[in-house]
Amino acid sequence: MDDLLREFLTETNESLDRVDAELVRFEREPNNARILANIFRLVHTIKGTCGFLGLPRLEALAHAAETLMGKFRDGMPVTGEAVTLILSTIDRVKLILDEIEARQGEPEGGDSDLIEQLGRMTEVTEANEAEPAALPAAGEAIDKPQARAAREQGGVQRSEDEHGERIASHTIRVNVGTLDHLMTTVSELVLTRNQLLEIVRRHEDSDFKVPLQRLSNVTAELQEGVMKTRMQPIGNAWQKLPRVVRDLCAELGKEIELRMHGAETELDRQVLELVKDPLTHLVRNCADHGIEGPAERAAAGKPAKGTIRLAACHQGGHIIIEIADDGRGLDLARIRAKAVENGLAGEAEIAAKSDAEIANFIFAPGFSTAARVTSISGRGVGMDVVRSNIEQIGGTVDLQSVRGAGAKFTIKIPLTLAIVSALIVEAGGERFAVPQLSVLELVHASGSGEHRIERIKETPVLRLRNKLLPLIHLKEVLRLGESDGKNGFVVVTQVGSQTFGIVVDGVFHTEEIVIKPMSSKLRHLAAFSGTTILGDGSVIMIIDPNGIAQSLGRAAQAAAEGSPERDEHEQAPTDDIVSLLVFRAGSHQPKAVPLSLVTRLEEIDCRKIEISDGRHLVQYRDQLMPLLRIDTQSGLKQDGAQPILVFSDRGRSMGLVVDEIVDIVEDRLNIEVSSDRPGVLGYAVIKGNATEIVDVGHFLPQAYADWFRRRDASAERLLRTVLLVDDSAFFRDMLAPLIKAAGCQVVAVGSAAEALKVLASGRRFDLVVTDIEMPEMDGFALAEKLHAMPRAADLPVIGITAMVSAEAIERGRAVGFHDFVAKFDRTGLIAAIKDRSADIEQAA
Amino acid sequence: MTAMSDNPQFTEYVTFTTAGQVFGLPIERVQEVFRPARITRVPLAAAQIAGVLNLRGRIVTAVDMRSRLDLHVRDAGVAPMAIGIESGAESFGLLVDALGEVLKLPDAEREANPINLDRKLARVAAGVYRLDGQLLVVLDVDRVLDLGAEAAAA
Repeated sequence: MDDLLREFLTETNESLDRVDAELVRFEREPNNARILANIFRLVHTIKGTCGFLGLPRLEALAHAAETLMGKFRDGMPVTGEAVTLILSTIDRVKLILDEIEARQGEPEGGDSDLIEQLGRMTEVTEANEAEPAALPAAGEAIDKPQARAAREQGGVQRSEDEHGERIASHTIRVNVGTLDHLMTTVSELVLTRNQLLEIVRRHEDSDFKVPLQRLSNVTAELQEGVMKTRMQPIGNAWQKLPRVVRDLCAELGKEIELRMHGAETELDRQVLELVKDPLTHLVRNCADHGIEGPAERAAAGKPAKGTIRLAACHQGGHIIIEIADDGRGLDLARIRAKAVENGLAGEAEIAAKSDAEIANFIFAPGFSTAARVTSISGRGVGMDVVRSNIEQIGGTVDLQSVRGAGAKFTIKIPLTLAIVSALIVEAGGERFAVPQLSVLELVHASGSGEHRIERIKETPVLRLRNKLLPLIHLKEVLRLGESDGKNGFVVVTQVGSQTFGIVVDGVFHTEEIVIKPMSSKLRHLAAFSGTTILGDGSVIMIIDPNGIAQSLGRAAQAAAEGSPERDEHEQAPTDDIVSLLVFRAGSHQPKAVPLSLVTRLEEIDCRKIEISDGRHLVQYRDQLMPLLRIDTQSGLKQDGAQPILVFSDRGRSMGLVVDEIVDIVEDRLNIEVSSDRPGVLGYAVIKGNATEIVDVGHFLPQAYADWFRRRDASAERLLRTVLLVDDSAFFRDMLAPLIKAAGCQVVAVGSAAEALKVLASGRRFDLVVTDIEMPEMDGFALAEKLHAMPRAADLPVIGITAMVSAEAIERGRAVGFHDFVAKFDRTGLIAAIKDRSADIEQAA
Repeated sequence: MTAMSDNPQFTEYVTFTTAGQVFGLPIERVQEVFRPARITRVPLAAAQIAGVLNLRGRIVTAVDMRSRLDLHVRDAGVAPMAIGIESGAESFGLLVDALGEVLKLPDAEREANPINLDRKLARVAAGVYRLDGQLLVVLDVDRVLDLGAEAAAA
């Protein structure tokens, strides 16, 4: 491309960004002659250069815009409409510039539409002007002060211009590539310096020491200097925002003021580029979701004009950017509902979460509570992208919201990406770097010390200030060997709202490291974000906490999907040391179960506990979970949080109600006194106390009569499709989940006619479960019809009825029912379905 | 690629041995040869990647040629020599057992891969020279470095 043209493009693009921002200001302050003069000059320059470079299309467009703005300058009143027109003209100019950049020439086509509109606007305003012109004396009187003001301001502006020129003569334009190369070179220098320092450290009385110290200082200075050249004020990333907000206001019929503080705060060019889009998205989000319409604001007693506040400041090696609005804040109730609806978490989990944790759900992929999808937001894309973009550059985004008072996003990003501070750790004999930014704290864990690594089943956890911290052994994640599970350093790390601990064998020191991109052959490894060279010259991998957190998710998923095979014998006492969960329930005497049997410890809000059929149930992870009491003495709490132990097997869970969880202890389990009492294996002395060892096996069948039977059945992996016919919605709703729980797919219909229709449509079923007493066509008639259908002739049919009489059974046999079950005999129904399934299995 | 054409051109090859077999790489693709030191292995990476190392401030990805070419030897220690190669702004080091001399060989004498050549080897070989007493397999550098395709095909 022609050098001249390239220069023109760069310069014009910069000017246009400025025009955008200036115009929005101008609309607010139409009498500010200085702003107008600025805009006018910019457009004029574009026009002039276009003529020089031979770009007639651009020139015509710029000319038309200039003419209109000339009128403004001459004192014509500025209308919102006119500003919109000029803004769209500028958009068109940008479009043409993009084309010129891509194709090195002006694109085909004309802009007569815009030019015409601009011309018309000029004429209209001329006509308006003509009227006061009839009263020249009054017109002049009005115009004069403005004109004077313009002249005065013009004077001010001229001096500023001169000042600007002086600065200009001290600056030069440098290609970004040159700066990037310089940065790379300095990074190399830093590394070499680190290497030299390392060598000298080993030779105490080296002659190199003093000159090396000097080199080290100069290098540090150079590094800082080069970093400075790459620094740009964050205002550059904000330039487009006033325009964005203005357009949104027009579209949404809102009034919003955008306030910006700390625009001069500088950060690395590369970071700036990456943070631009997330910022724009957040501001759009505030304008669209956050700020209410004027009517709603008035009703809430707020000023009609909403405010979005952008602020940036330095804090340590980071830059903090806040985007706050004074709008309605987040609707946490709706987010909760939506999170459950989208299957992001179960209800019990949601209930246990703090407001801050709930608010963070908006960063989940595909999450949007906007009832109405606008062109701006509410499509459920965006917030997750915002977070991942920010996390990609090692940043974090946090959200605070006060209902009715507004929301605030806080973004924390490193000043530069090239050189970061990292913690050097060791795992499995290898060293790794963990970016300091994601490290919250370090905890030393040992078998005997204050902090111990404990396990709930296979999951390692750490008790840290009354919270359970999930742990990941770096050694295991990276498949460098088995960890001994007891000793190590826990690097407490935060990714998004998830805090977890990375267990490493050793921690060395922190070091300024230069991030080198990963080899293309290794880039697919999520656990690493890059490589670096340490002072001693060796290469080490940089751990990506995001990638490590993913493996945490996988482990959690695997744990939720199915617990490993559990042997009956495991419950039997052994002489080995086992982890025991000690709790109290009912009596004062402590009780214990082997920790390995417990899936989770939960606290459930008492209000969530439902009573049905004399049994206590609670909704847990989208399923109804029965709650059992150890004995009749122990009651459920009436309010507050009810602690329970959750036992899970093959997707089913049962909750054992306890009064309080006392401790997790490791002890030899010696049952000294065996017990005849149901539910008690016996007694053992644990930590000096006689403790009742609870027989979990006793309670499981109470929760589900077929708990143990199911185990065998599920081995056959039955997944049948069952057609459930019942005219009562109540029974349909009651039976469908029950059948589902038995591992079948269910299609429920409300009448025999509907059932026949579904079958005729060609859907395949393995089994029909039908009510007998139904209006119009009863179960017997349905069965007869079915057996007459060619496709359904062999379909097994189970009849359910409120009353099982010998007569009904007889009649059922006659029409080809395979089984007959009373409506309330739920276990009987499941057994019947299983029997049928087994038959089918054998037939197949 | 026919060996029939009477093309008078020659190509220079850097030769090396790995697991007893002689290979050749076109010299214009070879940046340097060096003795690899302090290779950092990369957990979770493919077996063919021996690790990463620092070569004068550049990070070099070391490819274990024994594993890459599926040639097994009893002594599984790290190969003592490396051939440095640049590919798409990245540096690679091919770990080999021993370096040979640079041979200038006429293109015309290069023969096509024997059809029964080991499949894994055939994918990266660009022909064979019959030298005195031994065969030299010419390697295609880009295909040697195309680890992804190899993994997908395996």
